[in-house]
Amino acid sequence: MDLDGGSSSTISTGARAIPGRPVRHGALYQFTQQNLPACKPVLTPAAVISTFLLMGFIFIPVGLVTLRASYSVVEIVDRYDIECVPEEYRSNKVAYVKDDSVSKNCSRFLKVPKSMRAPIFIYYQLDNYYQNHRRYVKSRTDRQLLHGLGYNDTSSCRPLESSDDLPIVPCGLIAWSLFNDTYKFSRGPSELKVNRKDIAWKSDRNHKFGKHVYPFNFQNGTLTGGAKLDPTIPLSDQEDLIVWMRTAALPTFRKLYGRIEEDLEADDVIVVNLKNNYNTYSFGGKKKIVLSTSSWLGGKNDFLGIANLFVGSFSILISIIFLVLHLKSPRPYGDTAYASWNKKSISS
Amino acid sequence: MEVDGKRLSLGSSNIVLRGCELKNTNCVVGVAVYCGRETKAMLNNSGAPSKRSRLETQMNSEIIMLSFFLVALCMVTSVCAAVWLNQNKNDLNLLPYYRKLDVSKGKEESYQYYGWGIEMLFTFLMSVIVYQVMIPISLYISMELVRVGQAYFMIKDSRLYDEATNSRFQCRALNINEDLGQIKYVFSDKTGTLTENKMEFQCASIWGVDYSSAKTSLENEQVEYSLQVEGKVLKPKMKVKVNQELLRLTKSGFANKDGKRIYDFFLALAACNTIVPLVIDTSDPTVKLIDYQGESPDEQALTYAAAAYGFMLIERTSGHIVIDIHGERQRFNVLGLHEFDSDRKRMSVILGYSDNSFKLFVKGADTSMFSVINKSLNTDIIQATETHIQSYSSVGLRTLVIGMRDLNASEFDQWHFAFEAASTSMIGRAALLRKVATNVENNVCILGATAIEDKLQQGVPESIESLRKAGIKVWVLTGDKQETAISIGYSSRLLTSGMTQFRIKSNNRESCRRRLQDALLMSRKNMAAPEVGNYFEGSSDSVVSTPMALIIDGTSLVYILDNELEEELFELARRCSVVLCCRVAPLQKAGIVSLVKKRTADMTLAIGDGANDVSMIQMADVGVGISGQEGRQAVMASDFAMGQFRFLVPLLFIHGHWNYQRLGYMVLYNFYRNAVFVLILFWYVLFTAFTLTTAINEWSSMLYSIIYTAVPTIVVGILDKDLSKRTLLDNPQLYGAGQRQEAYNKKLFWLTMADTLWQSIVVFFVPLFAYWGSTVDIASIGDLWTLSVVILVNLHLAMDVIRWTWITHASIWGSVIATFICVTIIDVIPSLRGYWAIFDAAGTALFWLCLLGILIAALLPRFVVKFVYQYYFPDDIQISREVEKKARNLRVNGDTHIEMLHISNPQR
Repeated sequence: MDLDGGSSSTISTGARAIPGRPVRHGALYQFTQQNLPACKPVLTPAAVISTFLLMGFIFIPVGLVTLRASYSVVEIVDRYDIECVPEEYRSNKVAYVKDDSVSKNCSRFLKVPKSMRAPIFIYYQLDNYYQNHRRYVKSRTDRQLLHGLGYNDTSSCRPLESSDDLPIVPCGLIAWSLFNDTYKFSRGPSELKVNRKDIAWKSDRNHKFGKHVYPFNFQNGTLTGGAKLDPTIPLSDQEDLIVWMRTAALPTFRKLYGRIEEDLEADDVIVVNLKNNYNTYSFGGKKKIVLSTSSWLGGKNDFLGIANLFVGSFSILISIIFLVLHLKSPRPYGDTAYASWNKKSISS
Repeated sequence: MEVDGKRLSLGSSNIVLRGCELKNTNCVVGVAVYCGRETKAMLNNSGAPSKRSRLETQMNSEIIMLSFFLVALCMVTSVCAAVWLNQNKNDLNLLPYYRKLDVSKGKEESYQYYGWGIEMLFTFLMSVIVYQVMIPISLYISMELVRVGQAYFMIKDSRLYDEATNSRFQCRALNINEDLGQIKYVFSDKTGTLTENKMEFQCASIWGVDYSSAKTSLENEQVEYSLQVEGKVLKPKMKVKVNQELLRLTKSGFANKDGKRIYDFFLALAACNTIVPLVIDTSDPTVKLIDYQGESPDEQALTYAAAAYGFMLIERTSGHIVIDIHGERQRFNVLGLHEFDSDRKRMSVILGYSDNSFKLFVKGADTSMFSVINKSLNTDIIQATETHIQSYSSVGLRTLVIGMRDLNASEFDQWHFAFEAASTSMIGRAALLRKVATNVENNVCILGATAIEDKLQQGVPESIESLRKAGIKVWVLTGDKQETAISIGYSSRLLTSGMTQFRIKSNNRESCRRRLQDALLMSRKNMAAPEVGNYFEGSSDSVVSTPMALIIDGTSLVYILDNELEEELFELARRCSVVLCCRVAPLQKAGIVSLVKKRTADMTLAIGDGANDVSMIQMADVGVGISGQEGRQAVMASDFAMGQFRFLVPLLFIHGHWNYQRLGYMVLYNFYRNAVFVLILFWYVLFTAFTLTTAINEWSSMLYSIIYTAVPTIVVGILDKDLSKRTLLDNPQLYGAGQRQEAYNKKLFWLTMADTLWQSIVVFFVPLFAYWGSTVDIASIGDLWTLSVVILVNLHLAMDVIRWTWITHASIWGSVIATFICVTIIDVIPSLRGYWAIFDAAGTALFWLCLLGILIAALLPRFVVKFVYQYYFPDDIQISREVEKKARNLRVNGDTHIEMLHISNPQR
């Protein structure tokens, strides 16, 4: 009797090697026959409903925790760009800010709403200021910041590339427009100490800004964009510049100014003596001073908490809807009666 | 032509066709006719059209859509930029972040500012560069790679491997893999494709008695007749199944009356043909094989059969034949041979016996034979033979009727004179010969009938049944005559007895038109109202309720294709589940294919093995060549080549289905992947005073479609399987998904684009709001966007992967890890602006919360929609997957075993 008979072939031909054909086992054969062991997950109602429930139970607590973190942050925001212009210049603020003979001193009184724990971060906030403008972002030379005059290709810095045939150090629009308002804080009679060290990233100070690069010819042009730098201090220690040159991603941004390392009590009144030098009036930008504590999440921002709560409750809502739908009109799992060819023959 | 002073006439029988081998002679003297442009190959050559897959054609229209979308984005950006410049035009000089004024050269001039119009143009051009990823150029490369991978698996598949000829599947065209999943029409050649082109003698009905070898004998009972001549053994080359009883009868001698009939019958089989016997040496010097060579495989089969029953044709020269009848050599003079022609449908030979008597043996198709048979004699024999023929042809056998007539001397002389005159006449020779033949071929006494099986290739009936179940319309285009085609139709289960058949066969235009219109009316009546509307889904339905078959022959086709009847023919053919076209010329085959191609958007596949199928193979959307006996032309012209017709089923149902599903998904995914990235760039531009700053640094932008996201889509495109092979083979209906274009269509495209829009909004705006008014710098938020979009698109893919192998896992999660590594590497280069940004950002909880929130919120709608669709509007594939899963859960352990067994049994 020949072995190729019907019954015998269903028993053991799987393992038998047939001459002239590829070997029928081994990983390579499995691969070429596309039979690699695989996991084939199929969505079942139970799995989907419980996934959504689980997501809800994760996201709602996470949302609550983030919201709490956000609420625990005490933040004082004070817009001063208008108030700090004397009445007579209100109609022409640009003239005021450009006029060097007018005193730019200004005092703001900030009331502390709740007690604030040290460290309290001092930020200045600029609105409607496009630090991410393409022209602006490009106008710098990173190698020059590290190597100073040792690096000559400063073409990307134009039109603030050179003065008197020497490259400006640091060159470019970003450095030129360095923020130059200054703040002094006092509580009652005593001055609050502001720590202005260590406000820039350590990595920037160590590796991006040269320790031997001095801003010897900075801000010498006819048009002054912003702050001047002390030519005796190397760039790596010019932390305001370093902070400023981490260009902000969004048109409303804050930059760290310093830290107050004392606790502030509720109802304290902080006096801010500031020099209102920086010109945001020509383009309608706003300037604000911000005092803020921080939480594990960073500053005050309710968005993430609300978004999490929303996603969480939406998930639970969906799981409930699916549960109800599933109970009301379940579709039998893997029932071929629902296949198109069967449906048709039923209907016709 | 004159040779040695003798005038010889040359006719069609003298033609040596291209590719012929010379045998039985050393040389031929010839005149070359029909050469150059007139050769058959050239005349039938329709030129190789370049093929392009339908998916790709559709995809191109979507890409045009995306181009418009791209232009729109660029327009929005540039117009907004112009408006912004106009609003701020007074401040531009000193705007700290613009600083138009350039005083470095001592005088005041504008630095890189040329008025808002030009700036708008610049912005537009720049935005084209920034957003150009929208047009997925990389998709074309990935598609090519995926197709190569798919082709690799098709070639390696053991199901498509022909053991008999040791031939693998060949993938000759690399750009139409996915078309295999959408075939709606299959055009098949008959000879060599459906059949093996090997005839086998099956039954004989002699003098009203049925001797069916198939019923009584089994495979191993093949009797080999051999003959000893001068110490040598002569054997016919082919073994034939024999009927034991008949064999016994032939051996017992021919003394009685029945024996005489049997003697005449087999003598007719051995003599009435144009076969040339050829003696071949074998390795054993005492054994020689006789190989019968002739132009008709039917005649070969008959001669072999006669040899098996002891009537061995040994020698044929132009004047006589030698037949060995049970060891006794007999010599007959062949006085005249009336060749087969399609009008008479019979051939005859006149033998002169040694005792100077003459006999005419005729064999031919039943219809033509019964008209020349003397009906007055042996009516019961004629009737019995007729019923036998009926029963033979109903099982798909080719039947021939054998007859004989004794010629007396005067009849012979009369015939001989006419024959000589006719065969040497220069004008109208064929007609004259035919006339002579018809004159003598009458008053024939019936001897019996033969039945020959045109052997179908292995698995053909099953394959055709599967194809029809899948809603594929099978058209058989053959050069054979109608009767043969119909008999093959029955044996291959193409035609069933329950079908309404429309036969169109007419010799003039008018009757052709009339028959066509009648058939059309009938078919309309047959198709009740519901079918017409939902034609696309209803094809399987129509097969079930009123199967119809159209049988049409070549001459009618000529009239129809010449006329304006094309439309009617197509409408009729569309309603029929089976169409048989007989007697069609090669170029007509292509004409029929193009007829269907022109009128529908459905995909066509042509399968054939011979040079005469080349034009059809080239014309069809997909051409499949069978690497059979008939040379290599079909394979050379084809897109795919394989060893057997039955491989068509796994090719279409498994590989075609997979390829289509994979590529369809891949195209949509690539659109999505690139569009979501571009949209994120676009949203950011809205917050940079429309100046095309990109937060995502340029290295990441470049690597996005190379390293971050490219590998998983290719791997999934090659490896993902929506259903197992077995499910696909067991449920041919699943093939309908491709025919209905379920994996790639306009609706899916727009759904995907809507999803893309939502996902891009989530990816962009969650960080935007979370970091609004904070100290975040461009590089940090850019890294967040980079990572979230990369993880998002990979998770999106992961959500749609059906079958997770370790390769899939490795590619998807590997890509995510590679992205983290790349982003980190980019951020440790001090001269880049984003130096150390990832470390700073990743150190905050906000970063990770954002990332998590983005991923969940972005995928949520897709997940919900996917589940709702799968659960409440399941498609066939989804249901089959659930069935598969259910079955797998039932037999967790037995699974691999059964799967392997299944593969080892490819005939299924």
